[in-house]
Amino acid sequence: MLKKVLLGAGLGLTLLASPSIAEDTTVHLMFNSGPQNEAVWRSMADDFEKANPGTKVEINASLENEAYKAKLPTLLQSKDRPDVIYSWAGGVMEDQINAGFIKDISGARDDLKKLVANGALSAYEVDGKLYGAPLMLSLMGIWYNKELTEKAGVDISKIETWDQFLDAVKKIKAAGITPLLMGGGDKWPMMHIYAYLIMRMGGPDVLKNAKAGKDGGFMNPVFIEAGKKLKELADLEPFQDGWLGVPYPPSAGMFGDAKGAMIIQGTWVLNAQSNNSASGKGLDRANIGLAPFPMVEGGKGAATDTLGGVQGFLVTASAPEAATKMLEFFETPDQAKKAAEGGVYIPSSIGTAQYLKDPLLAQAADMIGKAAWHQNFFDQDLGASVGRVLNDVSVAIAAGEMTPEEAAQALQDAWDEL
Amino acid sequence: MSVTSAVTGSRSTNTRSNLTTVLVFLPPALVVFTIFVIIPIGEAAWYGFYRWNGLGELNRYIGLDNYLSLLTNKVFIQAAINNVWIIIVSLGLQLPFALAMAVLLADRRWGAVTFRMIFFLPYILADVACGLIWAFMLDGLFSAIIQWFGGEPYFLLADRQWAFTGVLIVIMWKYFGFHMMLYIAGLQQIDRSLYEAAAIDGANAWQRFRFVTLPGLGSMIRLSVFFSLLGSLQFFDMIVALTKGGPLNSTHTMVSFLYYFGIGRMKVGFGSAVGVVLFILCASVAFGYKRIFMKDD
Repeated sequence: MLKKVLLGAGLGLTLLASPSIAEDTTVHLMFNSGPQNEAVWRSMADDFEKANPGTKVEINASLENEAYKAKLPTLLQSKDRPDVIYSWAGGVMEDQINAGFIKDISGARDDLKKLVANGALSAYEVDGKLYGAPLMLSLMGIWYNKELTEKAGVDISKIETWDQFLDAVKKIKAAGITPLLMGGGDKWPMMHIYAYLIMRMGGPDVLKNAKAGKDGGFMNPVFIEAGKKLKELADLEPFQDGWLGVPYPPSAGMFGDAKGAMIIQGTWVLNAQSNNSASGKGLDRANIGLAPFPMVEGGKGAATDTLGGVQGFLVTASAPEAATKMLEFFETPDQAKKAAEGGVYIPSSIGTAQYLKDPLLAQAADMIGKAAWHQNFFDQDLGASVGRVLNDVSVAIAAGEMTPEEAAQALQDAWDEL
Repeated sequence: MSVTSAVTGSRSTNTRSNLTTVLVFLPPALVVFTIFVIIPIGEAAWYGFYRWNGLGELNRYIGLDNYLSLLTNKVFIQAAINNVWIIIVSLGLQLPFALAMAVLLADRRWGAVTFRMIFFLPYILADVACGLIWAFMLDGLFSAIIQWFGGEPYFLLADRQWAFTGVLIVIMWKYFGFHMMLYIAGLQQIDRSLYEAAAIDGANAWQRFRFVTLPGLGSMIRLSVFFSLLGSLQFFDMIVALTKGGPLNSTHTMVSFLYYFGIGRMKVGFGSAVGVVLFILCASVAFGYKRIFMKDD
């Protein structure tokens, strides 16, 4: 009996000891769900595992966008903290860094500078230290259904000014077609229109100055004028019926089902419009056009300025060395071009634009490349709290529930409360 | 002497074995209750005095500011009003309707059991699934039907004025089955001979209901009102699935307000303050109601 116990204990101890003999590292990668992203990153991770035997990469993409954002703070403070997390940079990233959850990977900066476009990489720097790297660039633009706009007698690609855009909207509406699909239920689709108007009227320093309290902070007339222009658009009633209650995915699906002429969205809508459409296939890519957001006459912003994301990964504080190596690996042209070729996203890695087979993504990448100013999404730049207020007020202005002045005041109050 | 000492002796062993039972079973329950209920409540009360984003250090003490700002927060006030509406509709419409159905279905008539099951079915559905299905119906199917009849499509859940009415309809549909089952159970316990006696005394159907059924159901009604009150105050899951608090923050309840404006905006201190307010409200209602109305049950 004693022998059996000793034997069992001995076996148990050996089993406990064996992991240290094998020396396996696991890198846990977590991001918000997206089948195309998951497929391409899984393939990059598989290559990384082959190139680094003994390292495994586990991917967790189970949480949808909002759920991921909601759960991340708790996860970062628990022992289940992932090693590499998806990030939109901006205010939330700064909060995470200030709380000490993100690793300083400035040591890898030289390597990363060779791989990633400098402007994009700097989005992941705070106070001169590097904490992660962008993987994809995205662009908000006007996506239009070529057939429907032709039917209405409008050529969106020729639009240059805001007034011309409003005219086009009126013409499309007169032809009995919904001019602009809007996922007002999720609020942020409206926020991006407001953001672009602020950019076009205020110029590159507009957000920086507002945050620093210069030029009247958020009460700067630019914010109020931009709000008035947003109201102008909403007064034309360009959105589909019930837009206030429709979340973003169905609105993308509607675009895929040709239920509206245009949708102002990010490059990801190309996948979303087919994923969420009734047929599952969406519009034929040849039928979709991309136009830049129009300029506002007299505004300080250039027509080439772009609003979009610099989404990527951050390395968390307790991550193994392999995590940083994996991030560099994903940025190499051989890996990044997988995303370009598959039309999954526009990689921020240098030398990959040529691989973008999808002409729309190539056009978007070109627009970002030519932009003197690529602004991160406002609600990311401003952080979680003020960002949500911006979402609220954008919809409130469009629905006529708030005046542009009240909206600017609400933003200023929310910023002051931080 | 022998009898008294025998009595005292057996009583003291009884007390001793009772004490042992208590000492064995109470600590685990107390420990679990303390860890998962008392401590979080205490922590929430503590966080409520701070401005905290949930990530970094707890170092921005602001005293009662979170609580004071609630008093002037338009969305919170609307959310509280919404909660009151849920209570009014539940107590005024849903429960009487459930009672009427219960009276109809309490006897083992033909079809009664089938209908009991049908009416109870909504309660079994998960709140979130329910909300998603109804959102699809109210904002999709019904509009399509209206269009088919030649009308303008109408989106109830996108209408600032009427979206909450839509929510109330779904609440009524979902929970009346539960209360109906409670009443049926209560009705089946009322002595049949009381009805016969009343009938012999010349009472008509309404009088039998008022003087035999209602008093007999008294404790069940009080219990069902209790569940309804607490459930109304804590209503959350379906709001998220149906409207996410929209359109324009008109359909929030206090709990969904806590989630979207507290945790969702990384204002954990503020959210904790809302949580504490909710806790005090629910605890007062629960204990107050039990004291006043359920004293003799």
